[in-house]
Amino acid sequence: MSNFSLKNMMTRQDVLGFLVLAILLLVIMPLSMDIIRLTQFGKYLSFAFVAVGLVLCWGYGGILSLGQGVFYGLGGYALAMFLKLEASSPENTAIQSTPGIPDFMDWNRITELPWFWEPFNSFTFSVLAILIVPTIFAYFIGFAMFKRRVGGVYFAIITQAISAILTILIIGQQGYTGGVNGITDLRTLLGWNIRSDYASYVFYFVCVALLFVCLFIAQFITKSKLGRILVAMRGQEDRVRFSGYDVANFKIFVFCVGAAFAAVGGAMFTLQEKFMSPSFVGIVPSIEMVIFCAVGGRLSILGAVYGAIVVNVAKTYFGESFPELWLFAMGALFIGVVLAFPDGLAGVYQKYCAPTVDRFLDKAPVFKRYSGDSSYSPSEPAKAS
Amino acid sequence: MNAVAAKATNTDFVLAVEGLTVSFDGFKAVDDLSFYVDEKEIRVIIGPNGAGKTTVLDLICGRTKATSGSVKFRNKELTTLKEHEIVKAGVGRKFQNPSIYEDLTVFENLELCYPRGRNVFGALFFKRDAKVISKVREVAEMINLKDELESQADLLSHGQKQWLEIGMLLIQDPDLLMLDEPVAGMSVTERKQTAELLRRITNDRSVIVIEHDMQFVAEIADHVTVMHQGKILAEGSAEKVKQDPKVIEVYLGH
Repeated sequence: MSNFSLKNMMTRQDVLGFLVLAILLLVIMPLSMDIIRLTQFGKYLSFAFVAVGLVLCWGYGGILSLGQGVFYGLGGYALAMFLKLEASSPENTAIQSTPGIPDFMDWNRITELPWFWEPFNSFTFSVLAILIVPTIFAYFIGFAMFKRRVGGVYFAIITQAISAILTILIIGQQGYTGGVNGITDLRTLLGWNIRSDYASYVFYFVCVALLFVCLFIAQFITKSKLGRILVAMRGQEDRVRFSGYDVANFKIFVFCVGAAFAAVGGAMFTLQEKFMSPSFVGIVPSIEMVIFCAVGGRLSILGAVYGAIVVNVAKTYFGESFPELWLFAMGALFIGVVLAFPDGLAGVYQKYCAPTVDRFLDKAPVFKRYSGDSSYSPSEPAKAS
Repeated sequence: MNAVAAKATNTDFVLAVEGLTVSFDGFKAVDDLSFYVDEKEIRVIIGPNGAGKTTVLDLICGRTKATSGSVKFRNKELTTLKEHEIVKAGVGRKFQNPSIYEDLTVFENLELCYPRGRNVFGALFFKRDAKVISKVREVAEMINLKDELESQADLLSHGQKQWLEIGMLLIQDPDLLMLDEPVAGMSVTERKQTAELLRRITNDRSVIVIEHDMQFVAEIADHVTVMHQGKILAEGSAEKVKQDPKVIEVYLGH
């Protein structure tokens, strides 16, 4: 009986959930939308990365981070810095007083590329930085907080403060960061025009593929003993210590994983939207990310994806018509979900749809070999409504 | 203090507590306490509420940090170690209220306490192999829960939860087992079964038990330590302690 077989990692409901999501994202969406809408949908998916990370941190580990925008931003900025340097070749920027540096630096009378921008000339470094910089940052935050046993509300407030600080830093250091406008006017990736429709399709599918990589990693974590330790910790943190585990290390680990997921999401945003700005780093976007996770269902990694999609679709349509009301609507949505559906969309699916689907699966020959183990898992897929 | 303390230099004890003191804002919950537990001994600590019994266990297992004094387990100083390191050294602790992992099944509860894969990556790649499964089954059989392995732990009765927590300790295979009121809130039958269980599991390890039920104490104890106001009031066999006028006055007399 191996832990690494498909059967142990996924119940048949999980398999079905992954399949439905794959069909939705890889077939239905690309066929039913034009490229502009699809790219916008890809942007929603970039937030799904964060929401999946929050399922691990918050839903499983009980660590509520209100600062995931920090990691989303760091990932997005790492890629944007590389793309910006590529777009700022001396030929492209010949009209500047200092050609060869990003335009916003020139506007701020900076005459030399700052030292911390230098390594972002390298594509390999930039890709590694997307993953490593946010993870190391999360490690330090986690180490400082969890080793001292800071948790709960205090941790949430501290992460929120960090996201506020980073926003202020980015906006204040306009010459080095592009300020409130962020890093814009990105053109090519290794000489390849990223503004073509073809590139947009490629980026969308890269985004979906990476999302599935994160989903499989999350699934593996939740089904491992580490996942069960997180669940145990959420309720009886003290007791876990007396089962011989160093609780802080597990929290640091899951917080780092959440940060890495968020960073990949941020990079996917940069790639598809062709810019990155501090408006995705601060307190409001960070809290929105928690709402995606809550709406999808805190304990469902697939639910988190649907949560990110549903809230963002609502935000686009409702927010376009009544922009000033949207924040209130979002607040109401959050309160409503927490009160009425604490397990989010996934909880609704689990309660009303899962039994029917189960009966159906009993009859489907493909799923025969998975029969009988579906009631076991805390994380079941949700369907978009 | 008494005859046992005279052997202070001896290092053959499983547990040697010496001069242990903890004060909370000036209040000494445990005051210059010394006692020694022998190999395979069952030591019962009794005493009125607020005597500091649970605090002593908290100090030994690292949940509370001592103000001064030392706790030596097989000559290893415990007061400077973290909780999980103390567990790894071989000390197991059962809490007063059954504290089990309610969101997990009985099997998962026991599996989680199996002493392997205790660091992050060990836990991530932990394999539920035949050895783990047979050990979990063996322990479940011992604690009368072999038919409940797939039940979620919060659905168990109070008594079953207590047994599960004892099982979670057994699977850790500690050299020193500390039990805080293991039969509190149990029915008469459950009490009997628990006493039997304790007798079986205490054959090959040292045990410290906190208990109020004097009949139960007399049944299981090798030695009884009576605590009062953070200090030791009396020590000896259950019979001897029962006759002690001081003990009768502060504890048994009501």
